[in-house]
This record gives sequence, structure tokens and C-alpha cells, in this order.
Amino acid sequence: MTKLHELGSRLLGLFIAFGLSATASAQMMINGAGATFPYPIYSKWFDEYAKVDPSVRFNYQSIGSGGGQKQILAQTVDFGASDGPMSDDNLAKASGKLLHIPTVAGADVVAYNLPGNPKLKFDADTIAGIFLGHIKKWNDPKITALNPAVKLPDQEIVVVHRSDGSGTTYIWTDYLSKISPEWKTKVGTNTSVNWPTGIGGKGNEGVAGQIKQTPGALGYVELIYAIQNKMPYADVKNSVGEFVTPTLESTTAALATADIPDDFRFSMTNAPGKDAYPICGATWLLVYEQQKDPAKGRKVVEFLKWAIKDGEKMAKNLDYAPLPENVQERVLKRIDEIKM
Amino acid sequence: MAPPSRFGDKAFQWLTLAMAMAVVVLVILTGWQLWRGSSLAVQKFGLHFLTTSTWDPVTEQFGALPFIYGTLVSSLIALLIAVPLSIATAVYLTELAPLWIRQPLISLIEMLAAIPSVILGLWGIFVMVPWLRDYPFPFLKRLFGWTPFFSGPIYGTSMLAGGIIIAIMILPIITSVSREILRSVPDLQREAAYALGATRWEVTRIAVLSYARKGLFGAVILGLGRALGETMAVTMVIGNTPQIAASLFKPGYTLASVIANEFTEATTDIYLEALFEIGLVLFGVTILVNLIAQLLLKTMTTTTSATRAVQ
Repeated sequence: MTKLHELGSRLLGLFIAFGLSATASAQMMINGAGATFPYPIYSKWFDEYAKVDPSVRFNYQSIGSGGGQKQILAQTVDFGASDGPMSDDNLAKASGKLLHIPTVAGADVVAYNLPGNPKLKFDADTIAGIFLGHIKKWNDPKITALNPAVKLPDQEIVVVHRSDGSGTTYIWTDYLSKISPEWKTKVGTNTSVNWPTGIGGKGNEGVAGQIKQTPGALGYVELIYAIQNKMPYADVKNSVGEFVTPTLESTTAALATADIPDDFRFSMTNAPGKDAYPICGATWLLVYEQQKDPAKGRKVVEFLKWAIKDGEKMAKNLDYAPLPENVQERVLKRIDEIKM
Repeated sequence: MAPPSRFGDKAFQWLTLAMAMAVVVLVILTGWQLWRGSSLAVQKFGLHFLTTSTWDPVTEQFGALPFIYGTLVSSLIALLIAVPLSIATAVYLTELAPLWIRQPLISLIEMLAAIPSVILGLWGIFVMVPWLRDYPFPFLKRLFGWTPFFSGPIYGTSMLAGGIIIAIMILPIITSVSREILRSVPDLQREAAYALGATRWEVTRIAVLSYARKGLFGAVILGLGRALGETMAVTMVIGNTPQIAASLFKPGYTLASVIANEFTEATTDIYLEALFEIGLVLFGVTILVNLIAQLLLKTMTTTTSATRAVQ
């Protein structure tokens, strides 16, 4: 009998707990969907923000940039997220004006697998040549000229690229389109393209796996991924002729000097700064300028402001490059323009 | 003939009919949805979609031929490897294996079926592909390098690696089904053959395999269905390059892989519809291959009964 009693009181406790959490979930729920690349920092932001404002909860589904754009256009979410800016065609489909809010940036690195894993240097010409299939061997004069101290083998370069559509590929092809007219006309910029050469690996792990397992392989992965997996990666010559090591600082440096238009649909590859690493890109949140639900709209605006002011400080710990201050100010001004 | 008088019988009949019809409706709905989702692409590309090889999301030129080719070839390789292995395993398990070995072996095979596709894929790129590249592939090249099928440079990730990983994935299903079928061969068959003085091999061949032929074929078809739609593991090791190359050492691409790879980041309508059409093509290819298999089965059984009649 006492046992039954105990069970009963426990069940009651459980019900009460449920009831409480039900009132908790009666708080405002803000839904978002999109890019996978910034997912780790966004979830950190949502966690931290719950302490700042316990009255809102976020639900973010990292389904990919394509899905993020589609869902914000269909208005099934309160904000979208994308690793590439939306095209004019897609923007025209929106029922109202959509704002691009840049949050953080990341870099693509040239990773490779050579005996002894020497530190290599590349410039725009060699990278484009390799990915167009013109430079086929490691001891090609163009590569050896940049790396006189390294003895490069007479071995075929096995080019590895992403097979899945990704923001990483968008940054990579955006860079190649800027520096190589041939790439621009033959291939172009997109989250996936018609590759002139190479093997496709699925995801960062797929590309990294191929590179690590294949002697003579060369490919691109996210900087974070290369650091965490201790893969060797190259310095790249930027647009002012300096060889720059990809780091969070050199990525933020690129953001500081990139030409950023007022709609924030910018590309930061091949930025002109002396310290700027040339192959990097930002990621964006997508929100409507005219919010349909004023109460929700206010909460979204508050969150966005917090993210740009305070959230940016958490970026480096999670290996993302934060926005430089001049860009932060411009973004904050834009957030103020969101209407309820 | 007494009419079914009990209400329960009637109800049961209707219930099972409804269940069976649900499957039919599901297939039709899937097909219809794929058709609807791809109507723009179907209109724009027409038959060219099936006969051209360019897949360019930037210029929005889409042709599915290399993917169709890759799906069929990788599945064929998988069948060539898996069918003899599975049927031999099934024969060993039902006809030859001592009892103490049977159960552990059966459990092991069933465990193979439980490995998630993505795990097998990761094992594929980190363990299987480097090993294939270093040992079996160079060996094959030395032996058959003079044929176009085993020529050219070896990267590891390739159509052949894709076929091998599918073979591993369909092995358990073909083995399990084959084993059940061989077990259902009446002992009378075996005893009759032994009585005629047949050796063990002759009993297996004439009394068992020949008797179970139709069922074994069905087991293979089940495996083939799985092979055509296999996605994650193949995507990891096939190299994802839309090309039609004779050499099995070259990378390839399958219909299911391109959907898995590109669907999440497809932003334009025509791109998304082209991917839907890839789904429609995969749907069509699967149905077509199954139909051909059914026809084959039919001709096989009619010729058997014809030869029986002659004898």
C-alpha cells in the first residue's frame, strides 16, 4: 500500500513537472531553419540567449541553405539561414523585403597529402590551374616556383572536391570565379558545380577522408575542420601579393576590407587587405523587414542585436571568425530598420 | 460452395484487402508526387534528360545518363559478387554445416544487415578503399589491365569500390532469404536423389538448387531492389563524378547519391525539379528492372516445365 502511495505521489510529481514545462513551453517559440555550417555557434547563441531572455525559445533546424531559403520564402519559419546570399530571382519571390544579416565567417583551406607533409604555398594561378585540370603533377614548374625549398614528387595530383551541395563549395567556386576568367565562363559559382576534374567526397569528413587516404591528393575543407583534424594546409597569396596563412584573424581581416554593399549580399573572397586571407565567406540570417507578428518580431530584433553585440564574442572559441567592428555597426543599424 | 457466413471472416477479408491496397496506393502516390514535383523539368528537358550527360547546376543544364549508368553498373557489380557468395553460404548453412556452426554464422550474417549504411560508408573510405587501392586493385590491373574495364590510374574510390560496398550490404538479405528457401525444399527430394545413388554435390545441384531455383531468383531480385536504392555507403566510396567510363577504377555516380548530395542546397526551382526527376527516373528504373526480372522468371519457369514435358 505504501508502495502504491509512493508511486502515486511520484506520478503526481511527474505530472506537476510536466505541467510546469508546459507553461514554460507556452513561452514564445521562434523557428528558424537553414545552413549547417554555422549550426554549432547558433545553438550556442540560443542556449546563452535563453539565460538573457527566458521568455523566448529557439528551434533551429540545420537542413541546409537551400532549405533555409525555401522555408523563409514560404514563411514557414521566422528566420532563415544561408551560407550564400540569395539570388535576385529568389528574392523576387519573397512576399516582402528580405534582409540579409551576416553573422560570422569561415575560411576554406587548401589541404593535401604529401610525404612529410611540407608547408606549401599556392597562388591564384596554381589553384585555378589544378582545379581546371591544367596542372596535373606535383612537380609542375608553377608549383615548384612557389615552393623552391620543398622537393615535390613527380606524382599525379588527385583533386578532391565536395560532392554534396555546400557553402564551402560556394566560397571555393566564388574565389575561383574571381581570379580565373576561364573558371568563371566554364564552371561558375554555386553550392555545387560541374567539376572539370577530380573526385567528389561527401561532406567535410568525406573530402578529408579522401585526402588523408590518398597519397598525392589535394582538396579544400573548412578551416575549422582542418585544424581539428590536424591536416596540413597551404598559405595562399592574396590579391595584394602577400602569402597569408588561413586563420580566424586573417578571415576577419578579409571581412574588414571586403567591399560590402548596403544589402549585405557580399562576397569576401579575394579581399584587398594586406592581411586578408583570400578564400573565405560569411554566413547570413534571413529575416523579413516587415514582421507580420509584432510581438514575435520584437523578440527577433532583440535577439539579433544581442547576437551581433554579445554573441560575436563567442565566435572565436568555436573557431568562427567574428564580424569586425565596422561591419557590426552597420549590421546593427540595419537591424533597427526591421518594422513591426 | 457455402457463402462465408461469419461476420468476422468478412471483416478480416476486407481488412487484409485494405492493407494490401494501401501498399498499391502508396506506390501510386509516390510516383504521382515525383511526377508532379518534376513537371517543370520534364517539360523543359524532355527526353534529353535521359540521354545527355551534362549535370551543371550553374547553367542549369541537367542530364541523367551518367547517373542511370552508374546505378545500373554498380548494382550489377554488386550482384555479380553477392549472388554466388550468398547462395554458396545458404547452401553451406542448410546442406553442409555442422549444427554448432550454423547458429553463430546465421547471427553474424544477420548482424551484418544491422550495420547502418553511413557507418559502413565511413568504414568504406577509411579502411576498405585504401586496402582495395593498395592490394586487390593493382592485382586486378596486372591480370586484366589489357581490357578497358581494369585500365587507367587507380584512386581507390571508384565504381568498383561502390559495387563492392553494395555487395556487402545486399549479402545478408540474399543469404537469409535463400536459406529459408533451401530449408523449405522437402527432404523427400534429397532422399529420392540419394536413393538413386547421387553424390552430395549432385543432390545439392539437382534435387535442391534446381528445385528452389524460382525462389532463389526471387531472393536475388530482393537484393537487387536494395542495391538500386542504396545511398549513403555508396556515396562515400564511389567518387561522385558524373561520367560514363569503361574502366571500373574510374569514379562514378548513382541516381540515389546525387539526390542525397545536392537536395539540401538546391536553391533554384529548375534545379530542385531536376533532382525530383532523378527520383522519378530511379523509381522508373527500379520498376523496369523488376518487371524484366519477373519476365525472366516467367520464361525460366516455362522452359523448365517444357523440358520436363519432353523428358
